[in-house]
Amino acid sequence: MLLLVFGLSFLSFFPSLSLSQHFAPTRTKPHHRISVSLNLKQRKQREEKRRMMMKLDTSGLESFSAAVPSAMAAAEDQLFAPPSFDLPAGCADFDKFQMEAKQTLKHAKGTTTLAFIFNQGVIVAADSRASMGGYISSQSVKKIIEINPYMLGTMAGGAADCQFWHRNLGIKCRLHELANKRRISVTGASKLLANILYSYRGMGLSIGTMIAGWDEKGPGLYYVDSEGGRLKGNRFSVGSGSPYAYGVLDNGYRPDMTVEEAHELARRAIYHATFRDGASGGVVSVYHVGPNGWKKLSGDDVSELHYKYYPVQPTPVEHEMVDAPPA
Amino acid sequence: MALRGDWMYENNGGTCVAIAGIDYCVVAADTRLSVGYNILTRDHSKICSLADKVVLASSGFQGDIRALHKNLAARHLLYQHQHNKQMSCPAMGQLLSNTLYYKRFFPYYAFNVLGGLDNEGKGCVFTYDAVGSYERVGYSAQGSGSSLIMPVLDNQLKSPSPLLLPARDAVTPLSETEAVDLVKDVFASATERDIYTGDKLEIVVINASGIKREYLELRKD
Repeated sequence: MLLLVFGLSFLSFFPSLSLSQHFAPTRTKPHHRISVSLNLKQRKQREEKRRMMMKLDTSGLESFSAAVPSAMAAAEDQLFAPPSFDLPAGCADFDKFQMEAKQTLKHAKGTTTLAFIFNQGVIVAADSRASMGGYISSQSVKKIIEINPYMLGTMAGGAADCQFWHRNLGIKCRLHELANKRRISVTGASKLLANILYSYRGMGLSIGTMIAGWDEKGPGLYYVDSEGGRLKGNRFSVGSGSPYAYGVLDNGYRPDMTVEEAHELARRAIYHATFRDGASGGVVSVYHVGPNGWKKLSGDDVSELHYKYYPVQPTPVEHEMVDAPPA
Repeated sequence: MALRGDWMYENNGGTCVAIAGIDYCVVAADTRLSVGYNILTRDHSKICSLADKVVLASSGFQGDIRALHKNLAARHLLYQHQHNKQMSCPAMGQLLSNTLYYKRFFPYYAFNVLGGLDNEGKGCVFTYDAVGSYERVGYSAQGSGSSLIMPVLDNQLKSPSPLLLPARDAVTPLSETEAVDLVKDVFASATERDIYTGDKLEIVVINASGIKREYLELRKD
């Protein structure tokens, strides 16, 4: 695996903005896909094979009606005839299908990030592990990116994709400020990013990010991904550890929490995700975005948190071991 | 040896390591060039001196690595003409990341470690993946022997994560001679268990007085 991936499996997405043309990588057909080139005869043979495999052989399913006498068989044929159907267009070759499916899911976004809005602003939290297949390539990755002093972005999916496009977004936000003499809104920033990712849709970018910030309308939170999706919401968790984080987060969430309670909830949620998900770990970072911008609340090593939440109980000793008396 | 029509890469093997110290940086790489089970040469340098305080070591596909080094050296020259000074290590770090990401859809098959001194004279090491994701770290290993070497470096050099808050002091780092000895030990061990690592070790040390080069013979089998 060439690419470093975040839990989100860190990390896969041109409008006609001339600036992005200048900054963006050249869009060429992805050459790294392996494909086998065949001559005409082999291609024809493959086509025939594919056509033959389109219909399933269901003769094995007809044993029921075959055992029944022919008088009944006619009537029952209609009732009990095994259904026949064409295979879906995409999977003519069942043997290859599983491999192809695994390929598409390969960059499982291995990470855990979460963000939620409450009465006092937005809390953003993430782990810090980056994995390359089964190898942990780093335990100290910054997955919460500071786009500007009042806006944060989280990283999940391809690490390079997230880093590059968040930096690009920061540049665009700054240019917007200079051009319009006012800060860009969270809505605007997330839309800028979503449009860029949509234009690279299908080319293999892997990004699952949340844009969190405080603008004139108050706290804002958007989820943006490399499929081109953009969702406004109050609570999001992204990555392979997100089911675990959602469990803790949804259970403990109240809109009227204090900042301290929200902080502890977020930290706990990420901790539990790192506990159960192998692709998440390292250090839990928690940020709070308030009306005056973001502030980093804490960075805690996950293994230390474990012993803080679940201190080691001294086990009661049943039989004391005594040294054998010298012979 | 391309068995398929459009597989355009080749892995020439090799390992690169870099360690950052208080006022020095050690960058080391072996000098073996292989293709499959064949050794093409025992004397190929993977290290490129980009600026007087910046050194880049890369392993992977040597064709892409040559092109990448040439590209960066040319960009550095342009920078010098425009700004009348050498590029700093963090600046080169960002440049390398962007250069790699510009070829996001046809990547450079190069695993890089960039080492040097930052603007304050402290050692700095940046580690990359093939498409440009990067991070400033205290030490790093990339290449075929990296999974053999990183655990040893973690054991000897690991310091509290920079993400911790309240921030914790990093463990007292090694002196320059201790770091060079560690690098030699670590490569000797990697050579034992990785077929693509061996022959000779090239060690480059960057400190306030400049760049120093040293060689160590490794196992040739």
